Amino acid sequence: MLHHHAKLERKSVIMLLFIIVTVLIGGIVEIIPLFRMETVIEPVKGVRPYTPLELAGFNIYIREGCYNCHSQQIRPLRDEVARYGHYSLAAESMYDHPFQWGSKRTGPDLARVGARYSDDWHVAHMIDPRAVVPESIMPTYAFLMHNEAKLSDIGEHMKVLRMVGVPYTDEQISHAYVDGVAQAHTEDLDENVAGFIERYGEKVNARVFDGAPEIVSEMDALVAYLQVLGTMVEFPSAEPVSADQKE
Amino acid sequence: MTTTTADVAPRYNDDVVRLFTIAAVFWGVVGFAVGLLIALQLAFPALNFEPYLNFGRLRPLHTSAVIFAFGGNALFATSYYVVQRTCRVRLWSDGLSLFTFWGYNFFIVIAALGYVLGVTQGKEYAEPEWYADLWLTVVWVAYLLVFMATLIKRKEPHIYVANWFYLAFIITVAVLHLGNGVAIPVSFTEAKSYPVPSGVQSAMIQWWYGHNAVGFFLTAGFLGMMYYFVPKQCGRPVYSYRLSILHFWSLIFIYIWAGPHHLHYTSLPDWAQTLGMTFSIILWMPSWGGMINGMMTLSGAWDKLRTDPVLRFMIISVAFYGMSTFEGPMMSIKAVNSLSHYTDWTIGHVHSGALGWVGFISFGALYYLVPRLWGRDRLYSLKLVNLHLWVATIGIVLYICAMWVSGIMQGLMWKSYDSMGFLDYSFVETVSEMHIYYVIRAMGGVLYLSGALIMVYNFIKTIKGDVRRSEYPEMTSIQKGAEALA
Repeated sequence: MLHHHAKLERKSVIMLLFIIVTVLIGGIVEIIPLFRMETVIEPVKGVRPYTPLELAGFNIYIREGCYNCHSQQIRPLRDEVARYGHYSLAAESMYDHPFQWGSKRTGPDLARVGARYSDDWHVAHMIDPRAVVPESIMPTYAFLMHNEAKLSDIGEHMKVLRMVGVPYTDEQISHAYVDGVAQAHTEDLDENVAGFIERYGEKVNARVFDGAPEIVSEMDALVAYLQVLGTMVEFPSAEPVSADQKE
Repeated sequence: MTTTTADVAPRYNDDVVRLFTIAAVFWGVVGFAVGLLIALQLAFPALNFEPYLNFGRLRPLHTSAVIFAFGGNALFATSYYVVQRTCRVRLWSDGLSLFTFWGYNFFIVIAALGYVLGVTQGKEYAEPEWYADLWLTVVWVAYLLVFMATLIKRKEPHIYVANWFYLAFIITVAVLHLGNGVAIPVSFTEAKSYPVPSGVQSAMIQWWYGHNAVGFFLTAGFLGMMYYFVPKQCGRPVYSYRLSILHFWSLIFIYIWAGPHHLHYTSLPDWAQTLGMTFSIILWMPSWGGMINGMMTLSGAWDKLRTDPVLRFMIISVAFYGMSTFEGPMMSIKAVNSLSHYTDWTIGHVHSGALGWVGFISFGALYYLVPRLWGRDRLYSLKLVNLHLWVATIGIVLYICAMWVSGIMQGLMWKSYDSMGFLDYSFVETVSEMHIYYVIRAMGGVLYLSGALIMVYNFIKTIKGDVRRSEYPEMTSIQKGAEALA
């Protein structure tokens, strides 16, 4: 059979086509079925698109390459569930363009870091990780305090995300800047905060994240993002479900 | 000497090969140096300088510099050199091939600047933003055109096996790049873009890309290198023609399926994980087919290893290829992966392949190329080649042993429970245990980088036309005669 190969070796274009077909098969079989979402992403309540400020934080997370050292994917293994919480669901990253599951844990997993530490802890930790965790090998990110979060065009970002499937409403997009500022400033802009909560739900965090109300800093954005990670889905308590609850 | 170069010049286009060779050596040193810096940052975090020189921004710079800049330029150099000689024709277009040189290296520079400035898509090994991706697409199409057109106008009836691998590398990298790069920019004046897929789909497509960047960029391309330079250096034909057919088609078919082993136990559906694991294990066979074909090419010429350090580089590289393509399938087994994933074991595995296989086969090819490209009869010093070999080998051994120990240890510490069923260690306790291994790893990096600098010195001397006289005693009188005439 192998002697037929001699013919292929004499035809460069045919060989190129054979190679293309050969390498396409595996990818087609593994990737195409994943776009039948209903078999891939379990229906859960609570997952919402990021708020403008959280989205700005998500982009800072990517810009700084946090995914190089932190995963956001808890595997269904006993120790990981004990250490980090409920294993990650596909739905929890369905609005992440791109996914932030990571591949290495030089630092701990962050899939459920939200609401685990105070804002002050995060800020102190970013400014100087070793001030809070002496053995830490994380770089310092003090500059985030001084950089203003880029909210001026965050509505444009949300428009693009809507094009690729994130269900932002017109209302959310047109109020993007106001909402971004409102989430980080609570006291003096009561009306805006009320509008923001109306658009994103009662559960959102709206407060001065970095302790410095003068500007909406990149620190505000990053901490807002970290504080929402893994908190959107409410997992049922460990109590056994009784028959009538099950329905 | 100059006359030999002039004789060859009109027949083959070696000008562009020389440029790619210089670029490969240059980027190699840069990539290894950045690797050393980030290795030191993990041992001594004070070496991070925010914001531009933090680990998170430099790590993509390191991976891109070694894979795409060093590896890529070495692949361009050798593929252009090999395709001309095995087809017995000049490269199809001097202009377009020169464009691929400047275009590709321009891509590297804009991508690297982006990382340091915080412009990234945040997908491993596919970090460049949309504008750099578009530019790379143009360059890559030009590369495919030059390579294919040269194959089409060949004077040899058969396409030599090295070219099958180069061709598969070029076309598949194009497919992967396009498939994984689909993104929408926020605006045409802004660097930021959002990839179209999200979550699970984004993860699967990314690792379909990521694993096959290993499979086709770092494997198929460098197997092409092996299939030309090993037989050339040892003066023996390829061991088995049948084996090369079998392992070529099975390798390229099976590799593509292996991506999901990067996503074991994640939210990716189980069926995809199982497929990825199964094909990863099967992949062991075609990988070793390539190793056996490379190794056994030395049949009847094993004695040359005693005298030829360049051949030694190539054979050690094939041995590392065999080792890491056994380790990879093993780590893709879900039970092993539950321990190894997220730890330094993966980093060690990657580096036994990258430093041992990709690095060493490239060094071997470069040592073969430099005297021939610059019309020199021999390298400046074979003893320095040997020194490079051993310094670098010890460096790799330090590196991968440190990562095996730190990776497996950390994996076990994460999973350790006390008698009450609580976790034994907090996360940061496992981090502080890593310190000494990170120092040892960095020492391995120092050695590997030193080896590369020895090579640079050897090349500069060789290109200048120097020979280390003490190594070539029979040359002394000839040289003296030549100098007297001058």
